[in-house]
Parts: sequence; structure tokens; C-alpha cells
Amino acid sequence: MPNQRGRAWTFPANVSTDLIFPGRYVEFLSDEAKLRSITLIDAREEFAKEVKPGDFVVAEDNFGMGSSREQAALMMRLCELSAVVSKSFARIFFRNCINVGVPAIELDTSRIDDGDDLEIHLAEGKLINHTKNETYDFPPLPPVMTNILDDGGLVAHIKKHGDFNVE
Amino acid sequence: MGMTLAEKIIASRAGHDVTAGELVITDVDLIYAHDLSGPLAISQLEAIGFEGFKYPDRVVFFIDHASPASTRAAANDHRRIREFAGSHDLRFYDVGSGIAHQVAVEELIKPGQIVIGGDSHTCHGGVLGAFATGMGSTDVAMTMYLGRTWLKVPPAQKFYIHGEMPEGTYPKDVMLYIIGMISVAGATYKSMEFVGPTIDAMPIWQRMVFPNMSVEAGAKVGLVASDERTRTYLREHNREADYSPIVPDADAVYESEYDIDVSSLEPQIACPHNVDNVKPISEMGTVPVHQVYLGTCTNGRIEDFREAAQVLKGQKLAPGVRLVATPASREVFLLGTKEGIWDIIIEAGGLVNSPGCGACPGVHTGILADDENCLSTLNRNFKGRMGNPKANIYLASPAMCAAGAVAGEIVDVRKVLTHA
Repeated sequence: MPNQRGRAWTFPANVSTDLIFPGRYVEFLSDEAKLRSITLIDAREEFAKEVKPGDFVVAEDNFGMGSSREQAALMMRLCELSAVVSKSFARIFFRNCINVGVPAIELDTSRIDDGDDLEIHLAEGKLINHTKNETYDFPPLPPVMTNILDDGGLVAHIKKHGDFNVE
Repeated sequence: MGMTLAEKIIASRAGHDVTAGELVITDVDLIYAHDLSGPLAISQLEAIGFEGFKYPDRVVFFIDHASPASTRAAANDHRRIREFAGSHDLRFYDVGSGIAHQVAVEELIKPGQIVIGGDSHTCHGGVLGAFATGMGSTDVAMTMYLGRTWLKVPPAQKFYIHGEMPEGTYPKDVMLYIIGMISVAGATYKSMEFVGPTIDAMPIWQRMVFPNMSVEAGAKVGLVASDERTRTYLREHNREADYSPIVPDADAVYESEYDIDVSSLEPQIACPHNVDNVKPISEMGTVPVHQVYLGTCTNGRIEDFREAAQVLKGQKLAPGVRLVATPASREVFLLGTKEGIWDIIIEAGGLVNSPGCGACPGVHTGILADDENCLSTLNRNFKGRMGNPKANIYLASPAMCAAGAVAGEIVDVRKVLTHA
């Protein structure tokens, strides 16, 4: 994880994967540069243009609801985010994030404002808000997900272990 | 201790009792992907250095989303899937076959199976008492590769549905009502289990709406018991041998239980832009309709089109309204042809497209203009879903959608049926 500090980009509850990667851009499906350029376009148009490596997507409840399109999670990685942080995630998007190597962190985001300067310490389970001089703790992921994330995603994980490593 | 439907299916595949919250690695009986999830799944299989499938008979590919191809890129993705499936001798459903979930229920899924699909509406398969759930392309690829996956046994919510459905209301109204009640995240990670006399009395096609839309409340699976009606459905599809009964134990432990009396239910509408923004028709103001879309894995079966046709017969679309119908499968398309259902839709001024997802994912065949309202049988009304973030989508039953097409605005289908 090269970047672990950056600004917060806040989003409301129930951001669907259609807002992250709208179906009308289906021709970008297999083109990573184009995918990156439209990340979250229907939720926050300026995001893809202005986001910098190390930044954070910070959401209210149920981020990533709806379609299973993995490109939505992949786009978080292509933007080189430090993490996606939300009060809660939709199930498939959450799993997709871990599978493509993006830390998806569940914690109470109500104290975080847009533009806040954040820094994450994944192993310690801490998110530091430098703007507000606050630290938020979050629980570790289930071991199987920690293993997948540590290995750099599910493909690398299966390559390394030949199977799911749940210990 | 008694088991829920979810626990029972997983326990039967795992070979030992399981309880909610437990993490299991389980064999998977059927794994499928389509033209949007398939290309990345194939790339991930290639990335792992895979040389062939251990269980090729469990792996299926469909082309249903941009079907037939809407762009050059889509056409190239289709070719890639077609060639991949061909080179590994996999079961493959090309353009014109229909929506993966519908075809899987007609031809492939058996009660008690564990099914993983590269699409959120894979939960549709729960209608046959199969633990069917959607995942992303990489999970699908690795499940295809290993023949198994990991999952947590979900806690279950019991929806006990009773009472006689009033005239002019349909399973879609019940499910919209439930999602309005529990919210778009009300079942996240959970198994929604639909039981009770109203469900018992429904044939499989009516039950399908419940598992199908479970994901709209965030659920991992939506399940219905496998019973005599399941056997009938499988017999009608020439595969009665695939039947086995699966019912929840009487002493199963549920995380929550809901008692739903449908006997005074009104037609329900999910308003933009979330599926839980549900109102009964009596609380709707005037909403003009520009396009009506009939179809999708939620309501694209022959019986759904019969209900719409009942309203449309001998009628004309209101001026300025477009009606697009898209059968969910080739079987539905053929039945509609034999029954003259499409004639009714075409004579009313509508059009009928080839089987598939059609206008639902916002790729083609019915993208909306700015500020237009679409009244549809589909399952989600997210901003931008049908290709334009400046348009509005309202969800309702097939009969309600047909009534809206004739009236040019959202109206109470019960009044239309009374006058018919």
C-alpha cells in the first residue's frame, strides 16, 4: 500500500454501482484508462478529474448497492485510493473491493467532512483525521478477507495458496 | 436446533449442520457469467495460468445484456466469450436465448443446489430452493476454477405472507411493499425467506419476483421452499427428476420475522431513485408516462405479459407514449407468439424486442431522454439505470405498467380492470 494519506471525498447513502460505472459506458468495460476517467461520474462529476493517489472515498450507508459489476470496485483501485470508507457496504461491492485489493473499511463516517485530511493504518485498525485531530478505530476484516487483501487480491491469493486460505 | 432454508441448503452441501455466521467453503453446483461479467472473469482465469476446468459441466456463459451487440466493443466481448466457451466445450447461451437467471431456472438449476452467478440478480434462482447468489467477476472466475467458494452462512429473515391477493394486485406489489418497509439495506448480508399460505398458493412464475428482488433490499439470497409447485414447474420443463423437497424446519431460528397480510394491499409504485421509495397508488400524484418497459428477470415471463395484454387488448397507447416489451427467454418469446400476446402489444402501438435484458441496464433498446418518466416492470430505479441520469424510473406490476401506457400517466389498474 504505497499511499495511505489523502483527502476525503464524501458521498451520501445508497450510492449504486450504476452511479459509479453507468451502463451507458459499457464500451469502457475492458479499458482501464477509460474506466478510471468516469469513476463515480453520476454521483460526483468532478471526482475522476480531481482525485489524487492516496485519497479516500467516504460514504454513508450501503455504498456500492445494486449491480455486481466488478469494474465499480476496480475503479477504486485505478484511482489509487488509500481506502473506501463507509458506515456500511452492499455485500457484492464489498467482496469485490477485497478481491481487487482495495481496502473497504466499515466505520462511522459521520464526523468526516469533505476535504478532511485522512491517514489510514490498516494493520492497527486506525483512521486518523488530521483536520479534526481525531482517530477512529475499526475492527479487522474476517481472516479470509485479510488474507486475500494482504496477498494483493483474490487472483494473487489463489495463485499463492492454490485455494482459499481461511486460517 | 432447527434450520432455516439457507442453513438447510448449505448444510446439505457441506455434509454437516451449519448455523448463521459460520464461514464455510462449499462446492458450487453451477457457476455462470454473462457478457458484462464474463470478459473480466475470462481475464482472471487467464491471469491465474489456468489450463482447463476441473468441472466444465458446472460452468455456463450467457450473452444477455448487450444482446445482440450494441457496440463494436460489445461485439468483440461477445466473440471472446463465444470462442472461450467453444474452446473449453462449455454450455453457452448466445444472443436470443434470454436472460441468464430466467434460462437457468427453466433449464439448469435444481432445488438444493448452490449457484454462483456474475450478476446481482442471480438470487432469482432461490425460487427453486437453491442457494443462488451474485458475485463479481473475480469471485466467479475463481469459483469456476476451483469448483467451490467461501461464504458466510447468512442469518435469515422470515416473511410470513398470508391473505388473499386483492384484484389488481400482484406479487410485484407485495415485494415492493416489503422493500419499502425494510429499506434498500434492510436485508444486507441476510437470507430473505418467503413462507406462508399466500406463497404456498402461488405457482413458480409468481414466486419468482420475491427471490429476484431480494438483492434490492441488500440480501445475499432470497429463498422459497421447494414443494409440489416446484415439482410441477420442473415437470412442465421436462425435468421432474431434478425435484427434491426442501422446507425450513418448524423450529428454525430467524433473526427477525415479519407478518404480512396482503388482503388489503393496494398497487404499489417504487418512485425515483431508490427501490424503497415505495408508495401505494392512492398516495401518488399525477405522473405523466413517456415510456413503458415490460420485461426483465423480474417480470418477463409469459404470465406477466398475459397480465399486461389483458389491459392492452383492444386499446391504444396514449399519444406520446412508447411501449417496449422484451421477453425474458426464448421459451417466453415462443409462447407469446403462439398465444398472440405480441399481436396485442403491437396492435396497441408497442414494440417487441428479442429475448434478453433489453432496456434495463441502460445499454440500448430504450434509453430515456432528459426529464422523461419511465414506468417499468424492472427491479431497480436507480438514477441513470436506463441510460440517462436525468430521467426518472417508476417500478410497478406488469398490469400497472400496461394501464399507464394506455392512460399516459400512472393510474390505478384496479379501475381499468373494473371497466374492462
